[in-house]
Amino acid sequence: MLNLLNRIILTIFISIIVTPSFADEQHSHGANTNYLNTDWSFKGIFGTFDRASLQRGYQVYQEVCAGCHSVQHLSYRNLSEEGGPEFSVEEAKAIASQFELEDGPNSDGEMFMRSARLSDKFVKPFPNVQAAAAANDGAYPPDMSVLAKARAGGADYIYSLLMGYEEPPSGFELDDGVYYNKYMAGNKIKMSAPLMDGIVEYADGTEATTAQMSKDVTTFLVWAAEPHLEAQHRMGFKAIIYLIILLTLVYMSKQKVWSRFNSKEESEEEAFDKAERMVTEYEGEDPKTFK
Amino acid sequence: MSEEKYIPKSKLAEWFDSRLPLLSLSHHLKSYPTPKNLNYWWTFGGILTFCLITQIVTGVILGMHYVAHTDHAFESIEHIMRDVNYGWLLRYVHANGASMFFLAVYIHIFRGLFYGSYKAPREIIWIIGVIIYLLMMATAFMGYVLPWGQMSFWGATVITNLFSAIPLVGESITTWLWGGYSVGNPTLTRFYALHYLLPFLIFGLIILHIWALHIPGNNNPIGIDVKKNSNETMPFHPYMVMKDITALLVFIIIFFWFVFFAPNALGHPDNYIEANPLVTPTHIVPEWYLLPFYAILRAIPSKLGGVIFMFAAIFVLVLLPWLDTSKVRSSIFRPIYRKFFWVLVATVILLGYLGAKPPEGIYLVLSRIATAYYFIHFLILLPVLGRYEKTDQLPMSISDPVLDKPGLIDKFKKAAGKYEGDNVKSFK
Amino acid sequence: MSKKLMPKRRDFLFTATYTIGAVGLVSAIWPLIDQMNPDSSVKALSTTEVDISAVEPGKTITVLWRGKPIFIRRRTKQEIDEAAAVDLKDLKDPEKDSDRAKNPEWLVMIGVCTHLGCVPLDNKGEYNAWFCPCHGSHYDTSGRIRKGPAPTNLEIPKYEFVNNNIIKIG
Repeated sequence: MLNLLNRIILTIFISIIVTPSFADEQHSHGANTNYLNTDWSFKGIFGTFDRASLQRGYQVYQEVCAGCHSVQHLSYRNLSEEGGPEFSVEEAKAIASQFELEDGPNSDGEMFMRSARLSDKFVKPFPNVQAAAAANDGAYPPDMSVLAKARAGGADYIYSLLMGYEEPPSGFELDDGVYYNKYMAGNKIKMSAPLMDGIVEYADGTEATTAQMSKDVTTFLVWAAEPHLEAQHRMGFKAIIYLIILLTLVYMSKQKVWSRFNSKEESEEEAFDKAERMVTEYEGEDPKTFK
Repeated sequence: MSEEKYIPKSKLAEWFDSRLPLLSLSHHLKSYPTPKNLNYWWTFGGILTFCLITQIVTGVILGMHYVAHTDHAFESIEHIMRDVNYGWLLRYVHANGASMFFLAVYIHIFRGLFYGSYKAPREIIWIIGVIIYLLMMATAFMGYVLPWGQMSFWGATVITNLFSAIPLVGESITTWLWGGYSVGNPTLTRFYALHYLLPFLIFGLIILHIWALHIPGNNNPIGIDVKKNSNETMPFHPYMVMKDITALLVFIIIFFWFVFFAPNALGHPDNYIEANPLVTPTHIVPEWYLLPFYAILRAIPSKLGGVIFMFAAIFVLVLLPWLDTSKVRSSIFRPIYRKFFWVLVATVILLGYLGAKPPEGIYLVLSRIATAYYFIHFLILLPVLGRYEKTDQLPMSISDPVLDKPGLIDKFKKAAGKYEGDNVKSFK
Repeated sequence: MSKKLMPKRRDFLFTATYTIGAVGLVSAIWPLIDQMNPDSSVKALSTTEVDISAVEPGKTITVLWRGKPIFIRRRTKQEIDEAAAVDLKDLKDPEKDSDRAKNPEWLVMIGVCTHLGCVPLDNKGEYNAWFCPCHGSHYDTSGRIRKGPAPTNLEIPKYEFVNNNIIKIG
């Protein structure tokens, strides 16, 4: 009876562990979730951003993506803040001043245009979601502020998607204005391949291959989604080291305190000895015989 | 360790304590006698208190920056994450704190199930605990709505629609809950108000929970009554306090690992997409800690039936002290119950897994089997086992030397097994 | 006897544990406090530009900067002379007018009474300049406190003339 139960329990536990592996395959609706493998500098507990890559990523965003995609939660000042692309304040100001936005009302009650300042949020390409969708054949180009956190797979997914444009397999039907992408759910995407070799010219002389640009812009988007990532990693490491030290001390103190209580009792050792003698008596010479 | 009456050390203390016995209370809490054999599974009460306080403190702070309006909620969360000093830390602690709170509460509940802590004379403690658990679920659910992401919106829509299953008045109740004809701004603001309120109710109930605990005193792994004024108990302070802190620190290390290195691992990516009433995410899933109940809900083919079974799954816990008829508390001495306990754990984990899967094919079949088993466990197995299970011989006291070393119990049982039949009774 | 010796080592262990625990607790509390300080978006809004081309002599415009009113007054010749003629000995908070106005024609001040934070009215009071109605503080044409409970002169913010028509505050 008990053995049977044991087996049932074991079977259930094993099935719980095993089922997800085949289940997930079937679940992904044709999208390839084996994302391309990339070494991200920001992964891991000591992960930091590659500044040059962030700066290039900003350039790719600005020259390629920003025509349709907003990053409305990012401010120009963020570009010069610690832990980000770390443009100098002057550079960030210069970047901001390239953009115009509506402000007001002024003392005459009128709205007016002015160039953006560091304190302003990134200027959006379209005034609202409807306008953005209307200009893009009904498909709203998502805001990219937290895109890296809003997609399962995060950085790997975005990178793979940018690299995942291919000719559709024969027999795969695509409507006009829909493109084939290996990593998109359903393999159909309304965004045409945004990157091609040499589409931007990097100031630092890095060769602008599709892979390089994908990597840079993905890094930029991860930072945009998590601008305090470096501070988070730094603080986390310190906190956990501290906690381990404190845990050691507390545990030692606890043992000391408890030994006070235990010493008042019959010595623990004696108790064990007594108990063990009793067991040995019953077990005989070879404890293995009891199974 | 006996619990002595508080004797004021000064005239001032005496004056104060005779008017408001706070000093007596603090003395009681410090000298409260606890069984000396409590293991680390008993530290989760303290851990849960820590969780609640952390959630209240970080929550009140987030409330200083959060804007409960459908137009600004999502944006204000990003404001907290980006601009507010340490805002990202506070939000990630709060969000992951909810998960850790549930992790701890599940361990706490299963510890109670394993060691029979719900049995007489501790039924009230258990029932208050179930109410706390219910309130926790309500609080967590409403909290998840506040960031106003896709999962917030659609989770709120799906869960509030549960009430529409109620015959006749269902529709009116959902409309009343929403304050409109769909989940919208009135819903968000009331959820915010209630999300702020409920933790304080939980706090009050925790005081009752502890009060009710301090009347009979702690259960213990052996499950037999301890003699309060003997060397079987030790004062809460410093012994249990030190042990609780040790366990708490281990817990915090795991907690912080999530906060700093995997803060979104337990959340759903879709909740970083702002709520859109026109587009439903492909799979709406609640947070992991609600998944077992979600699986039960979907396992039942009727709308009303699903709702009834889901609530029944929690309500059955209220009846547990009377469903389990066994006189023996600790499952250490209940060989058959112990197996079924692990089957139950496996079933609940399985239900949690199934709750995250679409309700189709094999998942649906498994959900139904698991749901059925869940109820069979409480409604059939427990009453029957209590009557027919042959329990092991209980020790005379928790200071039985045999019990000091956990491995020895098994050895004894094995040794006893050889002589099963004729002299198992005499062995002791 | 060994029990007598033990306490010292125990004490050291306990003291170390308490101390390290306290350090952690204090560092954990700091974020809870600091979150109430101005956040980075508030700090970033520290400058504002004002077009002053339309201000007539003898008129004051009030603009908002960091949530506070800023008085920008185009002073008349008479006001400037009055302000310059004051003997520093008569002042509660001695300051030369030339230190307060970079360009004597323009006086830029934070319009918050240094007493308890009310907004003073202009062209009022004994000096026909600023007068705070809350508790009766009188300021002169240079915004210096002359009479009443306010302890110091109206504060001058950081500002600069971007060109003849635009002042950048902050």
